[in-house]
Amino acid sequence: MYAKVVHLRFPREIVNEPIVMNLVKRFDLSCNILKATIYPRKEGMVVMELSGNRKNYHSGLKYLRNLGIKVDSISQDIKRNEEECFHCGACTAVCPTGALYIERPEMTVAFDKDKCSACELCVIACPAKAMEVNFDKGLLD
Amino acid sequence: MAKTIAEINEKIKKGKAVVVTAEEINDIVREKGEKKAASEIDVVTTGTFGPMCSSSAYLNLGHSKPRIKIGGGRAYLNDVPVYTGIAAVDVYIGATAMPDDDPRNAVFPGAFRYGGGHVIEELVAGKDIRFSATSYGTDCYPKKSIETYINIKNINEAVLFNPRNSYQNYNVAVNLSDRIIYTYMGTLQPNLGNANYCSAGQLSPLLNDPYYRTIGIGTRIFLGGGVGYVAWNGTQHNPCVSRTKNGVPRVPAGTIAVIGNLKQMNPSLLRGTTLTGYGATLSVGIGIPIPILTEEILRFTTVKDEDIFTQVVDYSDAYPQGKPDTLGEVNYAQLRSGKITVQGKEIKTASLSSYVKAREIAETLKNWIKKGDFLLSEHVADLPSIESEITFKPMPSKSVKKV
Ligand code: SF4
Ligand code: SF4
Repeated sequence: MYAKVVHLRFPREIVNEPIVMNLVKRFDLSCNILKATIYPRKEGMVVMELSGNRKNYHSGLKYLRNLGIKVDSISQDIKRNEEECFHCGACTAVCPTGALYIERPEMTVAFDKDKCSACELCVIACPAKAMEVNFDKGLLD
Repeated sequence: MAKTIAEINEKIKKGKAVVVTAEEINDIVREKGEKKAASEIDVVTTGTFGPMCSSSAYLNLGHSKPRIKIGGGRAYLNDVPVYTGIAAVDVYIGATAMPDDDPRNAVFPGAFRYGGGHVIEELVAGKDIRFSATSYGTDCYPKKSIETYINIKNINEAVLFNPRNSYQNYNVAVNLSDRIIYTYMGTLQPNLGNANYCSAGQLSPLLNDPYYRTIGIGTRIFLGGGVGYVAWNGTQHNPCVSRTKNGVPRVPAGTIAVIGNLKQMNPSLLRGTTLTGYGATLSVGIGIPIPILTEEILRFTTVKDEDIFTQVVDYSDAYPQGKPDTLGEVNYAQLRSGKITVQGKEIKTASLSSYVKAREIAETLKNWIKKGDFLLSEHVADLPSIESEITFKPMPSKSVKKV
């Protein structure tokens, strides 16, 4: 499962295009609309979470861009929920930057946020669902 | 000099028992020698915490007015289906159960965010759980459907019953293929990208009593933060495998079935767990005290990570196809160091079980015993051991006649 929050800006000509339906039907993606507005001059703005298979996600984005929609991914931030983490270490095997690493001999798992590239591999690998993605909520205000 | 469990319990009651963990025992024996350590030490505590899929609970919900016969009907706890094929208001929830409408692996890899294991965790945490059931109605149980909230505090019984926990040793999983795979051993990167293991090694209960001399049916244990018992051998208990000189199996071997009152357990030691692309499960914390009755029993508890070997198995082909091939043997000291070498390639290792929690459990149990809060029990029957001639049977493959 691949999930990202994207920010879409529509030109006024395509505000009526059934893009959500197409993303669901043609690309098998789920769309969770977090915010949607149509501005006075009729251009639209949508913030939504797109999830599905990674390949379909990229084909879906291509479809949107070909329609003339401006797509930006929202900067994401990875956080560890310290209450949930049970220090197994499963995340350290997939973390490409060494942001998650084991402190020996204690065998506790440390998270160095500065080294994190927000690739989200740990989010999938963590059995405790302790690695969380936060996106810039400012955009939803 | 041999001790008895009754003698050790007398010392525990007086607060005089000498209790150490399976990690601490190694330094003590190095200093004092086996003979002296065996006479001075009364109990060695072990611990393990990791995903254990064969975990479950049964509940008695009490009777509604009018009564409903949930037995033989359908029922759900927070939308997770529970087994109802028992008496009217008893239900059984398994750790791997998923809501009917969860897409599972239809969107691959499935997220498996919430399943039976998560329901058990929330139940233990004292949260209200939505219960819904439908049934067929009888003269004595006329009601046909119900929706309500249940809470562990006000149901009659909530019993954790795990048919297979605490595996004595386990495989190391790697991926030889060129695509990422999602397994019950976690996410495995292609081309030997990582190696995942799942055992507390030198702290693990059954590795400290490899022939099950003291751990048997009726042994009182630390279970999910409370007290439980060994109920039986676990399913797939397979003692007659290849072992090293110290008696330690080189492959997955013994297992235990455990039982205990869920109402006194702790949600931080019974954690709903997600294995992306595989399923939901429950991570269980277990600790077992080993009474040092003889020098030989003590010697078994001095097993160290470097003495425990296990097999590296390819989970892209050998495991799913049921081939016996292994890619070599490594020990837990190597695994815990962070890298092992497989087929000439150095690869990162990671664990699915938590050594930190295993250590916490062994410490907690040690403190309970020291304070006199936990007495040892004499087991009432042995677990089958190496004399048992148990063999591990595959599922029979027979063609089924279509009618
Ligand atoms: S995989 Fe999850 S639970 Fe395990 S150490 Fe990493 S963040 Fe913690
Ligand atoms: S998001 Fe990527 S880089 Fe950041 S901690 Fe997780 S695996 Fe490591």
